[in-house]
Amino acid sequence: MLNTALGGIRICDFTGQLAGAGATKWLAAFGADVIRIEDPERQGRWDILRGNAPFKDERRGIDMGGAFNNHNVGKRGITLNVRTERGKELLAEIIKRCDAVTENFAAGVLERWGFGYERLKALKPDIVYVSNCGFGHTGPYAAFKTWGPIVQAVSGLTHTSALPDQPPAGWGYSYMDHTGGYYMAMAIMLALLHRRRTGEGQWVDLACTESALTLHGPALLNHVVNGRGTRSEGGLNSNRSQWQPMAPHGIYPCAGEDDWIALACRDDDDWQLLVSLIGAEAARADWRASAGRVADQDALDALIGGWCAQQDKFDLQARLRALPIPVAAVMKPAERIDGEHAVGGDALWPTVTHSAMGEVRVDGQPVRFSKTDWSYERAGPCLGEHTEAVLGELLGLSAADVANLRDEGVV
Amino acid sequence: MTALRGVRVVELARPRIAFAGKLLADMGADVVLVEPPGGCPSRGYPPFVDDEPGTDRSLYWWHYNTSKRALVLDLDAADDLAAFLRLVDRADVLLESEPTTRLAQLGVDRGALRARNENLLHVAVTPYGRDDPRSDLPEVDLTILAAGGPPWSCGYDDHDLPPVRGWGNQGYHTACHFALMSILTGLLGRDSGGQFIDVSMAAACSVTTEAASYTHLVAGETVQRQTGRHAAVAPTGETQMRCGDGRYANTGVPPRRPEEFARLLAWLRESGLEAELPEAVFVEMGANWEGPFDLSLLGKDDTITAIFGAGRDAMRLLASRSSAQAFFVGCQRAGLAAGPVNAPEEAFEDEHFIARGFQVPVEHAELGRTLRYPGAPYLLPASPWAISRRAPTLDEHREEILAELLQP
Repeated sequence: MLNTALGGIRICDFTGQLAGAGATKWLAAFGADVIRIEDPERQGRWDILRGNAPFKDERRGIDMGGAFNNHNVGKRGITLNVRTERGKELLAEIIKRCDAVTENFAAGVLERWGFGYERLKALKPDIVYVSNCGFGHTGPYAAFKTWGPIVQAVSGLTHTSALPDQPPAGWGYSYMDHTGGYYMAMAIMLALLHRRRTGEGQWVDLACTESALTLHGPALLNHVVNGRGTRSEGGLNSNRSQWQPMAPHGIYPCAGEDDWIALACRDDDDWQLLVSLIGAEAARADWRASAGRVADQDALDALIGGWCAQQDKFDLQARLRALPIPVAAVMKPAERIDGEHAVGGDALWPTVTHSAMGEVRVDGQPVRFSKTDWSYERAGPCLGEHTEAVLGELLGLSAADVANLRDEGVV
Repeated sequence: MTALRGVRVVELARPRIAFAGKLLADMGADVVLVEPPGGCPSRGYPPFVDDEPGTDRSLYWWHYNTSKRALVLDLDAADDLAAFLRLVDRADVLLESEPTTRLAQLGVDRGALRARNENLLHVAVTPYGRDDPRSDLPEVDLTILAAGGPPWSCGYDDHDLPPVRGWGNQGYHTACHFALMSILTGLLGRDSGGQFIDVSMAAACSVTTEAASYTHLVAGETVQRQTGRHAAVAPTGETQMRCGDGRYANTGVPPRRPEEFARLLAWLRESGLEAELPEAVFVEMGANWEGPFDLSLLGKDDTITAIFGAGRDAMRLLASRSSAQAFFVGCQRAGLAAGPVNAPEEAFEDEHFIARGFQVPVEHAELGRTLRYPGAPYLLPASPWAISRRAPTLDEHREEILAELLQP
């Protein structure tokens, strides 16, 4: 057996979408036995990614969701109908054999099933329970529902991603589903470390909006200490530097179709290097010092933008790296995943063999451990793919027992 | 009892990894921050308390270095390097973001450090990974994010406008999140002893782009940025709505289940707005739909497309007649997920977060002030997150830390 960091840890996992599933994906990658529990009656559709695009080879179906597979590699999947008494009994027996219970339902769902924290603790006194929902389980908005973009809106991430005289651009994906999942993974592991030392379990109430709000620290202190906010006439330009007086600092057009480059001058030395490439029109006395450039950013950006627009973004990236100043082409997905400019090697995008989809590539983990590295031992589970195996292994049920449960609508 | 009590961390100060050190320190780890002579450059980053610059007055510094202790060591000087090594000898974790050859030049590469301390988790967080020469190129948060992919997905329907990078050092944060997950994983797996953990910042951002990556990986297609909503292969309807007070609200995933259309219809009627919306008839059809909608037919089946479009129109009309905050509360009471587009400071002052204790007091005795800081990202009641002390002043804990090194 492989030497894994989290081998021997078993998770009773109700998570879904990305905000929850992303958390237990990490644990599974490092060897935890993550048992994903889905509802047979609704075919696991609570997780809207199950059975949704993107599809490999345009093959559709409840087991064909590309995003679902991406977020659930390495986990085992079982079905269990917790509306039934037998389903509840089986769930209780599974929980007794787990180290942690994880979910990202709306607040209170698990409680309504009869599996709130007090019950979990009665079943397994040192259980770690981590719930992840938009507003947490307490406070005036506890009953309110969120998706990633709503978490981003509420917490200020949307407002602080914008260009002047435009509505907020926000984040064009669920940054806080990813990141909420990261905080959930941290919370699970922190609680497991605490349990190892003290023998004590706990319920971690993770509110995704709160995790998000911690990502604006200096802005919040600027508000508290200096009374200064982030709203202004005309709006903000988040491609510019938020704090350090850096100019230029932006994203500029290049010659190709929707090709862009990000560059910045951290100081006057960086600027002189850039001037050496641009030439006389940038060598203005009033732009020599940072304060002059910051004060005249519209004109500066117009000049840089015009200069970049004639150039290929990767050629320009190479020339600016040679100076060097901070620069990066705005990478398109195909460019950063495949090809000569890719961000990581092939190991960052491993191929898994899915029982229904066949071979498909997924997001890897951007880390390398010298001894207990991550790996994906299996693809995301088809609906109920491991029901028989898990119920047999954990609870000693036979194949015939499981067949009966299936006939009774329990699994 | 804090979750990481007794865990000793040495952090070689670099602005891009400071957040990882903070996350450890606020959970109770003993984080010793080793700064170069003159201090970490981020001590000079604005904003400053009362707008007055000073080594110990940066709010940026304050935020990212809570709960840590600090001393200045010149690693190019033999005595200070020896002190650094003694710190590492006693540490559980070394967190650093040095250039690729820096530690080897000092004679303390990963092999040498682990030979001295076989239980050390040596965590290097660098732009492209410890052994990639691109890691030695200059960077800022903007370029890490551009290289990693997030800005490709962020911006406006109008592609003459540039892609947008969101504020807040989110590229650095994403790398630090992976550093934290790695360290906690390494601590849970300590039976294997110490190890070297290599975190790539650009790769961390690159696997944090949701559909942009997996749409390419699975279907070979490319998502395109859209105003205030998810980038997508084919254009989707807007979800960000301008409200009556000029602010915006986000409706996330608009109504997609019959019961949601029913509640939306009820809200329209309560507000007396049904007559103003010719499309209300489609909202009613949505409310009376039997069974779930086949979402894969959206944009293909005329009826389903009309129903979903009408759902958006109804939301837009309701938004235009109320403030963003009132629209948010109204939506949520109708069971529809929505949120106001707050500024961070507005969220910070919102009653919900105040009620949950998100604002935490931190004493700055030398200024005679106690200030409200952002609080916990997660609530662990048995092992709570806490800011144990304000960020260290320059070389503040030198004597204390060096004295500890003399103890057995």
